[in-house]
Amino acid sequence: MEPMKIYANQLRIHIINMLAAAGSGHPGGALSAADLLIYLYFKEMKIDSEDKDNPDRDRFILSKGHAAPVLYGTLAMKGFFNTSELTNLRKLGSFLQGHPDMLKVPGVEMSTGSLGQGFSASVGVALGGKIDEKSYRIYTLLGDGELQEGIVWEAAMAASHYKLDNLVAIIDHNGLQIDGTNDEVMKVNPLKEKWESFGWNVIEIDGHCFTDIEKSFKQAKEVKGKPTAIIAKTSKGKGVSFMENQVGWHGVAPSEAERAKAIEELEQNIR
Amino acid sequence: MIATRESYGNILIELGKENKDIVVLDADLSKSTKTAGFAKHFPKRFINAGIAEQNLMGMAAGLATTGKISFASTFAVFATGRAFEIIRNSICYPKLNVKIAATHAGITVGEDGGSHQSIEDIAIMRSLPNMKIIVPADDVETRQAVRAAAHIDGPVYLRLGRLGVPSIFDENHTFTFGKGNVLKDGKDITIIGMGLMISKCLKAAELLKQEGISARVINISTIKPIDEELIIQAAKETKRILTVEEHSVIGGLGSAVCDVLSTHYPVQVVKIGMNDTFGESGKPEELLTKYGLTVENIYHTAQKTVNSRK
Repeated sequence: MEPMKIYANQLRIHIINMLAAAGSGHPGGALSAADLLIYLYFKEMKIDSEDKDNPDRDRFILSKGHAAPVLYGTLAMKGFFNTSELTNLRKLGSFLQGHPDMLKVPGVEMSTGSLGQGFSASVGVALGGKIDEKSYRIYTLLGDGELQEGIVWEAAMAASHYKLDNLVAIIDHNGLQIDGTNDEVMKVNPLKEKWESFGWNVIEIDGHCFTDIEKSFKQAKEVKGKPTAIIAKTSKGKGVSFMENQVGWHGVAPSEAERAKAIEELEQNIR
Repeated sequence: MIATRESYGNILIELGKENKDIVVLDADLSKSTKTAGFAKHFPKRFINAGIAEQNLMGMAAGLATTGKISFASTFAVFATGRAFEIIRNSICYPKLNVKIAATHAGITVGEDGGSHQSIEDIAIMRSLPNMKIIVPADDVETRQAVRAAAHIDGPVYLRLGRLGVPSIFDENHTFTFGKGNVLKDGKDITIIGMGLMISKCLKAAELLKQEGISARVINISTIKPIDEELIIQAAKETKRILTVEEHSVIGGLGSAVCDVLSTHYPVQVVKIGMNDTFGESGKPEELLTKYGLTVENIYHTAQKTVNSRK
């Protein structure tokens, strides 16, 4: 099994364990983004937990902040803090807030949770990189439901206007949101055409395929003068059979029995 | 007579020369907010967000994470209303180094009417943790206050006006963040004002003097954190307080003064301001008259307050 797959599986185990310990949170959208975050932090980004304030580091902003467990798990695995902290998620006194807090969590680049705002801030970071003539890159992850926020399109317009080719927006396109499918609640398609018409370079990939992920980041770097949107087709709840593609697993934590079942399934993958 | 927005635009250019970390953002109003001067001098460090106030604040926050001091400007009504939740969650919650320099505050926006006259911006901004608020009174104070804001690490709301205002301070004045100024001493009542109402407070105090009433006049330019000591001292020494603001009496300067005094030294506080009403179209001076933001109303209200509680 390739290392990325093993890491992603380990991350999913962390996600399930921390959500079960917290008793609340968002498993579906955290699991769907696990492969993308593992690739970013372990292959793609120039980032070092020992030198986390390096002005030349690449940056990642989790605009879909409710998927905090996927970010916390990744940061812990990457050495920003001890993995034993993860089960304190959402507990009083813990630095692992329900949604990412940059003042509390080492490695969190921007406080997010209110949808659309992390993406807007990432456009600001990209502008900062351009003003300072730095070569670092900015990655941000949005949910597909998040695209219903108006600020997303204000920010998308600005990113192409200012030719921010240092910015990559990844859309975790699992098709589901709290009240149902995107199509039922508020249609977001056609995504490719929308982003292209806003002046973005658009790449469509399978968000669970590391070859696809690798190729898309490589291609994004080659495009000059425009930002890149990667539309990553994903499955909400990916990796845990009873959570996969289930609307009901957006914002409910697993019970102890469900946790055990999920962990058993995930551990079988690495055996 | 110079408007505080004009003073802001002028000092921004000086600050831009001194500090390369200063960036300025606007939302298609740079000619009105006076950030156009900075844009001309430092085009690389000026970002026009277009007519998109939410993204204006979001980008300002993102820039701040890269070590920039972001000044984000638009009209007060859009800055604090349209973009409120971005200010809350992307600027105040992470305590980022963003200065919201909002112009066209209050009813002296004039002819544009009630939709554009922000009478609630201070109330909104006061309620946010980590936010600091400055309402400078004139040109000298504005230039110093903007400079002070640039040196404060974290969010600051600067409330600026459209209308030209007379000078209150000479060049020797020193603005100290968090401190009010006694502009005129007195013992019968204290008139606490802010912004363009200060010159009217001073004129009213002169009229009161002719009536034998000794009125103290205090300029409170830092609304948050407010100068508690100066306010408590005034309450102790003059027993009566009159607050005067071009803002709603709900949640503004008067409320901030009441918050201090109700806890530390309760005395009667009478508030002059917008009485839970929107403004309307008209010339600025006509509007100030219609809504009681006049020398005469300050004078009569002070006189009545003093005479009723001898």
